[in-house]
Amino acid sequence: MKKSVFLGALTVAGLTAGAAVAGTMDDVKARGKLNCGVTTGLVGFAAPDANGEWKGFDVSVCRAVAAAVLGDQNAVEFVPTTGKTRFTALASGEIDLLARNTTWTFSRDVDLKFEFVGVNYYDGQGFMVPKGLGVSSAKELDGATVCIQTGTTTELNLADFFRSNNISYEPVPIETNAEAQQQYLAGACDVYTTDASGLAATRATFEAPGDHVLLPEIISKEPLGPLVRHGDNEWGDVVRWSLNALIAAEEYGITSANIEELAKGTNNPEINRMLGTEGTLGEMLGLDAEWAKRAIAANGNYAEIFAKNIGEDTPVGLARGLNAQWTNGGLLYAPPFR
Amino acid sequence: MSDVSFVRTEMLPEKAPPPTSAGAIGWARENLFSGWFNTLLTLASLVVVYYVLSAIVPWILSPTFSGTSLGQCREMLAAAGQESGHGGGACWGVIRERWIQLMFGFYPSELYWRPIAAFVLLAVALAPILFSDKVPAKLIWFSAAYPFIFPWLLWGGAVWGPISAAAGFVIAFVVYRIVSQSMSDLIGLVGGILVALIWWLVLSGIAVSALDSILPIGLEPVESRKFGGFMLSITIGIVAIACSLPLGIVMALGRQSDLMIVKYLCVGFIEFIRGVPLITLLFVASTLLNIFMPPGTNFDIILRVLIMVTLFATAYMAEVIRGGLAALPKGQYEGADSLGLDYWQAQRLIIMPQALKISIPGIVSTFIGVFKDTTLVSIIGLLDPLGLSNAIRADANWNGIVWELYGFIALLFFVFCFGMSRYSMYLERKLQTGHR
Repeated sequence: MKKSVFLGALTVAGLTAGAAVAGTMDDVKARGKLNCGVTTGLVGFAAPDANGEWKGFDVSVCRAVAAAVLGDQNAVEFVPTTGKTRFTALASGEIDLLARNTTWTFSRDVDLKFEFVGVNYYDGQGFMVPKGLGVSSAKELDGATVCIQTGTTTELNLADFFRSNNISYEPVPIETNAEAQQQYLAGACDVYTTDASGLAATRATFEAPGDHVLLPEIISKEPLGPLVRHGDNEWGDVVRWSLNALIAAEEYGITSANIEELAKGTNNPEINRMLGTEGTLGEMLGLDAEWAKRAIAANGNYAEIFAKNIGEDTPVGLARGLNAQWTNGGLLYAPPFR
Repeated sequence: MSDVSFVRTEMLPEKAPPPTSAGAIGWARENLFSGWFNTLLTLASLVVVYYVLSAIVPWILSPTFSGTSLGQCREMLAAAGQESGHGGGACWGVIRERWIQLMFGFYPSELYWRPIAAFVLLAVALAPILFSDKVPAKLIWFSAAYPFIFPWLLWGGAVWGPISAAAGFVIAFVVYRIVSQSMSDLIGLVGGILVALIWWLVLSGIAVSALDSILPIGLEPVESRKFGGFMLSITIGIVAIACSLPLGIVMALGRQSDLMIVKYLCVGFIEFIRGVPLITLLFVASTLLNIFMPPGTNFDIILRVLIMVTLFATAYMAEVIRGGLAALPKGQYEGADSLGLDYWQAQRLIIMPQALKISIPGIVSTFIGVFKDTTLVSIIGLLDPLGLSNAIRADANWNGIVWELYGFIALLFFVFCFGMSRYSMYLERKLQTGHR
């Protein structure tokens, strides 16, 4: 039967190729499941636990969208993707949404025909060195050996940084973060460079984290965010505003603890519009009135998700930094719900 | 003159050899200390062995089986007085917590009996093939049915799916018999294949849904996305191994065929597949096919990988078997001809038994290679043991654990590969009819 399905699919392929995609939202609703692309594993952002349940910062975005669209945060099929397969998986329709710490760049947005719906984490490339090296700035790294993952934007950023500062370095190419940890600890390189969130997570696993310092320079902008296919704006809007709802919820003080109470109606019209007691925002999106309420109730607002997965009380231990609300000097700024 | 000569009338009993040349001491003298140079080498080797073991054994014997995170393991090691540094001791808690995941991936835990049953039945199905002299011959019928039972157990679904797939073969055979008796063999073969294709592509789907609505017997379906860990590796390995041997034989024969089109098709296939790395084929399976197919088509990723790995293994198998064919003296072919056997009879009775026997080491090493190559699927995002090891490290509790996971995975792979290798040696001894 499998074979007949497959061969039948091939035949149908010839007939329907080129036919425009029906709305992704209709597909998702018909399927009853959201296919969400995540990494095959990144500390704090996405990982399966011992029971095979996916958890993490990016995973929470998938769950919020599933809760908003389907009413069930567990109606998600997590599709692990690697750096090499993620874009084809999205372009081919294998996944509806890619939430895989992917940097928003011009060429990915324009040339690869994707739509970044927002930023859920502002990252940047940093450096980690052993304290014993006695270095306090990346500009003192002249002649250092640097562990660097090949084929990533970090490799290009590194070359740019050293060239513009007119200092030299010797790259030690490595393939995975696990390999980098081993090489760095074994002293094969003086410096390890990758996204600052990754460096923090790596340092936290060390026997003596205090013996290693993260240098103050952040040499690149890495806005990480969920993305969808170009050209399906209705679906893009759903994902964009689900993410915005999480961010705005923090700003207006809506948490998973008090959401039931606030959903009964408040004096703040913005909260009322978000939670569906006033206005018709849900209807405009093609969803019901309580979509945002469900998205927030799933795993809490942005602050709660951050604190639970990568915040200062977790082993990853990241400070909010750029990822604080604009009212607290960060970059998170959700447009008004109006 | 007295003629008293001393003649011993009975043999003296054998004396035990001197203690220095018997038993453990004798063995050591002969093999380890038979000269000053060998003595020196032995002592040097002992020192090396001691250093290696003194580093590894305490690491393995670390009391961290109940640890729940890397940090806790380190505390336990410190409490046990072992050096807690990098080489101080293993953190076995990760294996205790995740070994089931490494075995079954995300397969629903209440359904674990199904893959277990599939692999136990696999042993039963293989017995008449691997140990034909030790089990009842009737068991071969079960082996024939097993290719239909295996996917049904793993993927689930209605029982009518595999039955209708099997029915396709029966229909093809019946058509072949009827047509080949009334017309020619070739028309019978083509007709049989055509009817079977029509059955599989068009009719079986209707028949399955009709039967399913009348008598819905089946297992709960499990999606391919839930497959992972060793279960995934073994599934890919078994399918590739089981399909590549017959396909490889056909390809090897096709390559030696006198029919030009058949020959060049086979040569082209073998050379193309062998000229391309497996990882390229896997990328074609995971990304290119996705782009060729219309959006929304759901062509199972594991099925795609199975097809690619099977094709890859087939090309190598064909060349190994061609080696066996080439090693047969020409007289064997001529002898078969002189007995009046036709092509297929000659292959079945004379050529293949000898050629396959010669190729056993090559065939088994191809099997082992294919089984190990299944770990490459981690690169296209399938969570085989190596992919899972990365996912496990992404758990904040276990981030930084490397050796324990890789060691455990290596051990399991070693068990399977060593088993295959020992079986091939057994088979070679059993079939030893050589002229030595």
